[in-house]
Amino acid sequence: MEEKQPLLEISDLSVSFRMYDGSLEQRQLQVISSLSLTVYPGEILAVAGSSGSGKSLLAAAILGILPANAAVGGAMRYGGQPLTPERQRSLRGGEIALVPQSVAYLDPLMKVGRQADGHQKPRPTARRRELFRRFGLPEKTERLYPFQLSGGMARRVLVSTALLADAQLVIADEPTPGMGLEQAKEALSMFREMADEGRGVVLITHDIDLAVDFADRIAVFYAGTTVETAPAEDFRQGALRHPYSQALWRALPQNGFQPIPGFQPYAGSLPKGCLFAPRCPHRTAECEAAPPPVRTLRDGEVRCIHAT
Amino acid sequence: MGAALAVKGSVMMTSLGVRTGRAFLNHLLKTLALLLAVSVIAFALVSASPVDPVQQYVLGVGGVSPEQRLELEEYWGVNDPPVQRYLAWLGALLHGDFGQSLLYRRPVLEVIGERFANSLALMLCAWLFSGLIGFALGCVMGMSRDRLADRVIKKTCYILSSVPTFWLALVFLLIFAVWLGWFPLGFSTPIGMRNEDVTLAQRLHHLFLPALTLSLMSFSNIALHTRQKLVDVLESEYVLFARARGEGAWSILCRHGLRNILLPALTLQFASFAELFGGSVLAENVFSYPGLGSAVAAAGLNSDVPLLLGITLFSTLFVCTGNLIANLLYGVVDPQIREGRA
Repeated sequence: MEEKQPLLEISDLSVSFRMYDGSLEQRQLQVISSLSLTVYPGEILAVAGSSGSGKSLLAAAILGILPANAAVGGAMRYGGQPLTPERQRSLRGGEIALVPQSVAYLDPLMKVGRQADGHQKPRPTARRRELFRRFGLPEKTERLYPFQLSGGMARRVLVSTALLADAQLVIADEPTPGMGLEQAKEALSMFREMADEGRGVVLITHDIDLAVDFADRIAVFYAGTTVETAPAEDFRQGALRHPYSQALWRALPQNGFQPIPGFQPYAGSLPKGCLFAPRCPHRTAECEAAPPPVRTLRDGEVRCIHAT
Repeated sequence: MGAALAVKGSVMMTSLGVRTGRAFLNHLLKTLALLLAVSVIAFALVSASPVDPVQQYVLGVGGVSPEQRLELEEYWGVNDPPVQRYLAWLGALLHGDFGQSLLYRRPVLEVIGERFANSLALMLCAWLFSGLIGFALGCVMGMSRDRLADRVIKKTCYILSSVPTFWLALVFLLIFAVWLGWFPLGFSTPIGMRNEDVTLAQRLHHLFLPALTLSLMSFSNIALHTRQKLVDVLESEYVLFARARGEGAWSILCRHGLRNILLPALTLQFASFAELFGGSVLAENVFSYPGLGSAVAAAGLNSDVPLLLGITLFSTLFVCTGNLIANLLYGVVDPQIREGRA
C-alpha cells in the first residue's frame, strides 16, 4: 500500500473559530489542531473518535465548506497538488464527495430524483435512474419527497449522489448512527464496495467495532487531533501504540469494558503539551512541555513519545 | 374547489381534494362561529355606548316633534330588552338587510360595496407592493447576512415598522403633494369631475401615495421574516450538503432558498389582511380617500350604528378570508401536509 500515490494528504491541519465572549473580545477557539492523515486510493480510512472531538469539521475542512468565521492552517494535498480553496470549489461535488448522515441533508421540499440529479446541467437523469436500480430503489422513489423515504432508502439515495458525481474521494460522515446492526453493515458494505472499485473513502465514525470490520486503517481522533493511525488488524489484536487508543480498546465490551477516568479537554481549554497527557498513566514532564511529533512505528503512526 | 379537485382521477389528487375540502369546511364553520361572536360583542358594545340612534336619525331628518320621536322609538323597538333587539337585528342580517346608513342615507350593503371597491384597489396595490418589495429585500438581507447591505436594510425596516402610518402619510403628503406637487392632495378622483369621465391613469395617480404609504408600513414585516427564514435555510444541513456538492450561492438561493421560504412568506402575506385593513383606516383618512377605512372612521364619529356594525362584520369576514387562503395554501403547496406524514 505504501508504494501507491496518496489521494489525500493532510499535514498539521488546524481549524479554529473566531468567537466573541461577553467582553466583546475576540478569541480563537481551536477545534482541530496539528491533525495529519493520509488516504490512499482503494482503501477505507476510518476516523474514529468520541463525539465532540471535531470529526465532522474535518469533513467540512477537506471540502472547504467551513463557516465563514473559521480559520484553517496547515497543508492539504489532493492527488499530489495543494488543495487550495479554488481547487476545493471545483472538486467538491465532483472528485470529492460527501455522503452525509441522514435524510436531514436533503431539501424537504424537493423531490428525491431531482435532488439526487443535483444542480448540474444537463441533468444526469438516465445515469441516476440506473444507480437507483442498482441499489434496488423502486422506480417511484424519484417522485417521493425526502420525508417519505425510509432510513435505508435515504441512505442509498445519499450514497448514489457520490457515485453519480464519479467521486474519487468519498467522505462519509457518521453514516451509521440510529441504525440496527444489519442496516449499519449494509451501509458500510456500500462504502467497502466503493473502495474496492478504487476510490478512497474516509469513514468518519464513533463506532470502533464496525470500523474494525470494514476499514483498512483506523485513525484515532482525540480532542481535535489524530493520536494514532493503525491498520485495522492492530485493533483486532489489541496491538495499539498510543495510550488513548489502548484505553479505548480496553473500554470495548469484548475487551473488559474498562472506562478511563477523566474527560476529553474542551476546545478553548486545551493543554499545552500532549492533549492526552492529563489522563495518561505514562505521562512525564516532557509530555506536558510540548505537543509530541508524529512518529512512524510498526506500520502505523503515533503521536506519543513513549509509545512502543 | 375541493369538489372540483376530487373529480380528477389520480388517488393523490382525490385525497388532496378531500383534504382541502375538509379544511375548507372546517374553516368555514369556524368563520361562521367567529362572525356570530363578533356580532354579539359589537352589538353589546354599541348597546352599552351612549350613542342614541334615534337622536342621530332625528338630527338628520330634522323637525321631529316629541310625539313623533316616541312613536319612532316604539317602531324601532329601542326600548325592547337587548336580547330581543339583537335577535331582531340578526334576523334582518340573515335576510340580507343590514339596514340604512344614517350618514349616507343609503342601504349599508350598498355603501360597503362601493367603498370596498375603492379600498380593494388601494389594499391590493399596497399588498402586492409590500409583498414583492419585502420578499426581495428579505432575500437580499438573508444572502448578505451581517454585511453592509443587510445592516442598512434591516435598520430601515426597524425604523419603518416603528413609524406610525398617519405620520408617514403626512410626511409623504408634505413632500410629494405640497412641496413637489407630483401627486394630488387627496381623494380617489380629481375634484369636480364626473365619475364617468375619470381615466384609469387619474385613478392610479390618486392611488399612488396612499398605496405607497400602506405598503411601506407592512413590507418591513415580510422582509424581516423572509430574512430570518432564509438565514435558517442557509444554516440548514441540506444547504451544507448542497455546498458540499458544489452548488454556489446563487444556485442555493434559487434551488433551495426560494423553495423553502416562499410558502411561509406567502402565508404571512395572506395573514396580514388584518394589519392591511387597520393601516388603510389611517391612510385613507389622511389622504381623504373614499374607501372602507375612511367610512369606518366617519361611521364611528357620526354614530352611524348600522354602518359601523356592518363594516365590523365585513372586515371580520375579510380578515378571515385572508387566513383561510393562507391555511389552504399551506395544505396545497407543502408536500408534507399535502401527502401526509409518512
